[in-house]
Amino acid sequence: MSDLQQTPLYDLHLELGGKMVPFAGYSMPVQYPMGVMKEHLHTRNFAGLFDVSHMGQVILSGASWEAVATAFETLVPMDVLGLADGRQRYGLFINDVGGIEDDLMFARRGNDLFVVVNAACKGADIARMKAALEPQVTVTAIDDRALIALQGPGAEAALATIDPTAANMRFMDFGALSLDGVEVWASRSGYTGEDGYEISVPADEAETVVRGLLAIEGVEPIGLGARDSLRLEAGLCLYGNDIDAQTNPVEASLNWAIQKIRRAGGAREGGYPGAQVVQAAFEDGVARKRVGLAPQGRAPMREGTQLYDAEDGGRLVGHVTSGSFGPTLGMPVAMGYVGAEYASVDTALWGEVRGKRLPVSVAKLPFVAANFKR
Amino acid sequence: MMKFTEEHEWLRVEGDEIVVGITIHAAEQLGDVVFVELPSEGTVVSKDDEVVVIESVKAASDILAPIDGEITEVNSTLTDTPGMVNDDPQGEAWFFKMKASDPSQMDEFMDEAGYQKFIG
Repeated sequence: MSDLQQTPLYDLHLELGGKMVPFAGYSMPVQYPMGVMKEHLHTRNFAGLFDVSHMGQVILSGASWEAVATAFETLVPMDVLGLADGRQRYGLFINDVGGIEDDLMFARRGNDLFVVVNAACKGADIARMKAALEPQVTVTAIDDRALIALQGPGAEAALATIDPTAANMRFMDFGALSLDGVEVWASRSGYTGEDGYEISVPADEAETVVRGLLAIEGVEPIGLGARDSLRLEAGLCLYGNDIDAQTNPVEASLNWAIQKIRRAGGAREGGYPGAQVVQAAFEDGVARKRVGLAPQGRAPMREGTQLYDAEDGGRLVGHVTSGSFGPTLGMPVAMGYVGAEYASVDTALWGEVRGKRLPVSVAKLPFVAANFKR
Repeated sequence: MMKFTEEHEWLRVEGDEIVVGITIHAAEQLGDVVFVELPSEGTVVSKDDEVVVIESVKAASDILAPIDGEITEVNSTLTDTPGMVNDDPQGEAWFFKMKASDPSQMDEFMDEAGYQKFIG
């Protein structure tokens, strides 16, 4: 266990009673004494504070915004150039066969891009960016900042007690805030489907900032367990489960993330790895799609559960990639891939759980409506 | 008197039946229980057969038959209110009752003091 890395908030997690588990090479709190279920519901009803410092933070800088944005567009199929200063967008690194190497958030910070990538992929992502973009663009991995998320309907009021300008930000805005004299970089976004912020804080100030936030009525520390059930209810993908290097964005039902200007016929179409495969997927359709899945009984259908089109016999038509219990709904929720002909909402399927076929319906995502401040 | 297994189950003799549940320690380790699948009454089981499935928000785990015998009654309340397992694991939230084929199999189990020592 000694080879596990620790975030700047490790000691605080222990003090708060966090149950620490290995996650992507870090020792991270999966839950606190409140427990996953109550932590989940607390985030939906009030405000939850998450340590996500294990994620990779990277700055891309260059001679001009155009230089940085144009270079980054060679790696992602997103409209980067059109991003206004102080705005953030969801992105995907694509490989030569159209598969997703990672999903990420990128924000424009003056002429720079601030990129947040998944913990398990950050080494490969940084290497990919350096190989493709340097020397025209400088790729700087940030190792001296923590990343925290404050999520839930009470997040705005909580953060605004420390810096009132936090309330002026809208969904996917990005900018600097001052938290008791500490300058932080905040985006109004997150991974729960709730309103909230993700906040990059200098590592040596992280504990002070977090203690200040936890002192506010209604703000509680939340572990990775509830983070997973919250994002699943919100229909958000977990890299490695719901999307991976063998899955293209159209199969993953992430078409919305690829702006028209980068699609066939757009002013800056293609020009990223695997573009031909992705464009063909848009034009010709795909054989399988990521869908929401609502088990009809109480039994959760976990990752790997196989899906059939009949209770007996029938065809294997897909599998579950994320499955859990949804505390907000009080019923199991799941996501997975099914053959395109089975992807319409309310299609009746059966999931095989411990040798028994149990009914499950294709469901609209998200399970819990997003609560963003647009 | 309650007996305890290394699988974190408790057993309590009630007349000619044995009531089986999981310990407070086990319930704490599992976290919030959201689903319980019970065996059918009348099922004949051997020691270490998987007889109950418990799922928390995060994961599934099994409860094994602690001894050989026949399941005589199940606590079907748990099917609708699985959270009882967290609220009262060593009381209301028993899982099943069974008749032992060989009551001497009980002898190997720990008493409460032994169990407390076992979980440290």
